[in-house]
Amino acid sequence: MNRPRLVEVRENILKQNDLLARSLRTRFHEAGVLVVSFVSSPGSGKTTMLEKILARVGEKVRVAALVGDLATENDAARLMRTAPQTKQITTGTVCHLDAHMVESALEDWELNKVDVLFIENVGNLVCPSSYDLGEDLRFVLLSATEGEDKPLKYPTIFNTADAAIITKMDLAGAAEFDLELAHRNIQSVRPGMRVFEVSAKTGKGIDELSSFIQSQRLVSQSATAV
Amino acid sequence: MHELSIAMSILDRVLEESRARGDARVEAVYLRIGPLSGVDVEALRFAFEVACEESQLSGCRLEITEVPISLECPSCRSEKQAVSIQQLCCSDCGTPSPEIVHGRELELRAVELVE
Repeated sequence: MNRPRLVEVRENILKQNDLLARSLRTRFHEAGVLVVSFVSSPGSGKTTMLEKILARVGEKVRVAALVGDLATENDAARLMRTAPQTKQITTGTVCHLDAHMVESALEDWELNKVDVLFIENVGNLVCPSSYDLGEDLRFVLLSATEGEDKPLKYPTIFNTADAAIITKMDLAGAAEFDLELAHRNIQSVRPGMRVFEVSAKTGKGIDELSSFIQSQRLVSQSATAV
Repeated sequence: MHELSIAMSILDRVLEESRARGDARVEAVYLRIGPLSGVDVEALRFAFEVACEESQLSGCRLEITEVPISLECPSCRSEKQAVSIQQLCCSDCGTPSPEIVHGRELELRAVELVE
């Protein structure tokens, strides 16, 4: 009998997803679309915040949204009021979005009619961290009602994001949320991370966040031009 | 729990290697996994076993090397281990750094086959 032989592979296990995400990113850049995604645990206020952001950013540029959930089209119905070009991705039992789901959802869209595409991931702080969706900018959300130690419990998702948003700031007092500790924990798992404080209810921070997203559009366009 | 879909991807890729060598028997699968890959090693071991059932990989060894997190330390100007996944600081001088060198690995390193 032959002896065992070691065959080197040295390949990323999620290579297929990474390759697809890379080709999506090229397509988005060529069409002049900035892609912004949001990840968080369920119930952290992604959809409510996104409604406000869509309305504000949508005053200046053409916005669209993809929203992922295991089931129901409720979130898409909500977002459609502010962004008519919205599509729900229902994943069934899958706990995250992947590049293939994004590609399929965009099949009948004319990307050159969109300036900023928002992607709301399935509410989950674990699995989405492994999957690149081809986005330019990934935000991780942490609500004031969840507790300050979320970054320490889920460091990986904070590490795959480009910036963090603390939501439900209007409830911070009632929840005895230690804002300073939350900032410290975020900086511990991701040194230098930019953090926004937002309340969709009072409107706090929505302008600042919207302006930041707009400014990234210019950054991404000049990067493509070069 | 996305480890099952990751286990299925590994299975597919390993079967490809086996088929390319005349359906060689798979003795072992070698992975390198970092804590920042988003994959839980124990969950993956379990998922891999389930994924391999009734395939020609059934009973093969799964050898996982866990890759520690290392950072480019701006003070030491070299690659250093991080204090922990919760604290991305140089373990020598304590300087925080977001420049991750290792720790995100989710790699199929090698396959041991008997032709």
